[in-house]
Amino acid sequence: MSWVTKTLNSTLGRKLLMALTGLFLILFLVVHLAGNLQLLIPDNGESFNIYAETMANNPFIRVVSIGNFAFILIHIIYAAVLSRQNKSARPVNYATSKASTNSTWSSRNMGILGTVILIFLIIHLRGFWYEFKFGEMPTAEYGGMIYKDGFKIVSEAYSNILYVVIYVVSMGFLAFHLSHGFASAFQTLGLNHAKYSPLIQKIGTGFSILIPALFALIPIVMYIQSL
Amino acid sequence: MKLTLKVWRQKNNADKGGFVSYPIDGISKDMSFLEMMDVLNEQLTEKGEDPVHFDHDCREGICGMCSLHINGKPHGPQQTTTCQLHMRSFSDGETITIEPWRAKAFPVVKDLVVDRSAFDRIIQAGGYVSVNTGGVPDANEIPIPKKIADEAFDAATCIGCGACVAACKNASAMLFTSAKISQLAMLPQGQVERKDRAEKMIAQMDAEGFGACTNTGACAAECPKGISLTNIARMNREYFTAAVTTENV
Repeated sequence: MSWVTKTLNSTLGRKLLMALTGLFLILFLVVHLAGNLQLLIPDNGESFNIYAETMANNPFIRVVSIGNFAFILIHIIYAAVLSRQNKSARPVNYATSKASTNSTWSSRNMGILGTVILIFLIIHLRGFWYEFKFGEMPTAEYGGMIYKDGFKIVSEAYSNILYVVIYVVSMGFLAFHLSHGFASAFQTLGLNHAKYSPLIQKIGTGFSILIPALFALIPIVMYIQSL
Repeated sequence: MKLTLKVWRQKNNADKGGFVSYPIDGISKDMSFLEMMDVLNEQLTEKGEDPVHFDHDCREGICGMCSLHINGKPHGPQQTTTCQLHMRSFSDGETITIEPWRAKAFPVVKDLVVDRSAFDRIIQAGGYVSVNTGGVPDANEIPIPKKIADEAFDAATCIGCGACVAACKNASAMLFTSAKISQLAMLPQGQVERKDRAEKMIAQMDAEGFGACTNTGACAAECPKGISLTNIARMNREYFTAAVTTENV
């Protein structure tokens, strides 16, 4: 084994991959949210559609989006590998456990939270990403240019209460996943210091509330608009 | 005090094992938990039954020999070693569940006794400093800042009891290994073998079958010596730095 595979196959190396991909996905959430919030601009989707088209045609964004899919995949695969390894480290469970007295619920259930997010992700990608990329899209014309009308697809989806509920509930799961994952990633990278760790904790808590809440706001507002 | 003890009994490693309930009476609130176990064992011996096997040695909270998962927590409800736990932490009439540490790397030997020699092998892999023979060095010959000395000492207070492994949902030995890596990484004497130590001890930790870290913090919360999670972060830094800078290709 080369030193790279040896390092990345150790428990610490696997955790490193989880932390690095996790932090990238956290960054991705911010960019994704910034784009999505344009759905709430009352111009019948003009800014959102133009933004989506610009992003889709930007070569840099296209490379990053391939990386993004790769990182999601690594995050999932290593989560599965680590979960299996961790399960096998305790073949016989305790009859009684008071784990709630020494750790948070989210920190002990990252795998379950992540699995729910994965199911959401599949629904989400099928409903929007796949439609935008390969589906037959309605078009809109702004200033003589033809654009794919993604706004229409989104607003139609969000007029369905079932869809809205799935989105809002999923964001709740995301919030709990982030509430542990954000600060945990820094700890795994070895960044733990009395000087800045309390700040990382606070930013993590703020991030885990604010970002999912803003994501959840979009389907709620668009549902109300559709009434 | 009158209590019901639900104790894990297992003949040997191959045996499946199971819980046996023992009613016990006349326990004083001032007894230590292990003294209460002694009372139980005296009763069992008088009846001609096999006494409950459990690990213990100094009974002063410094050797790390006692273990026991008591009512769902390693070393019981207080953040101490089991020998320093007293019966006043329990209430009259209570049922107390006593289990061995549960980890693949800590196989059950008998009843509540587990084999913790996996920890010894992690230490053997690199948790030492090489010392030259010769004259006794002068005191204070090597200057070490007080703050660093204190931090290294804090890490060195780990008694290797295994409560971190027992508490961790992944049966991970990261807190133990990180304390042992930290105590030497911070001191001048530990510098020569520093990178090698991180790589070898972590390789051994993985080979023993301990789980990975999810940063739940359960280990530090249950550690009778209060070893902190900063040690795990330091171990991660030591390991990743060693991986990219060591001469071993």
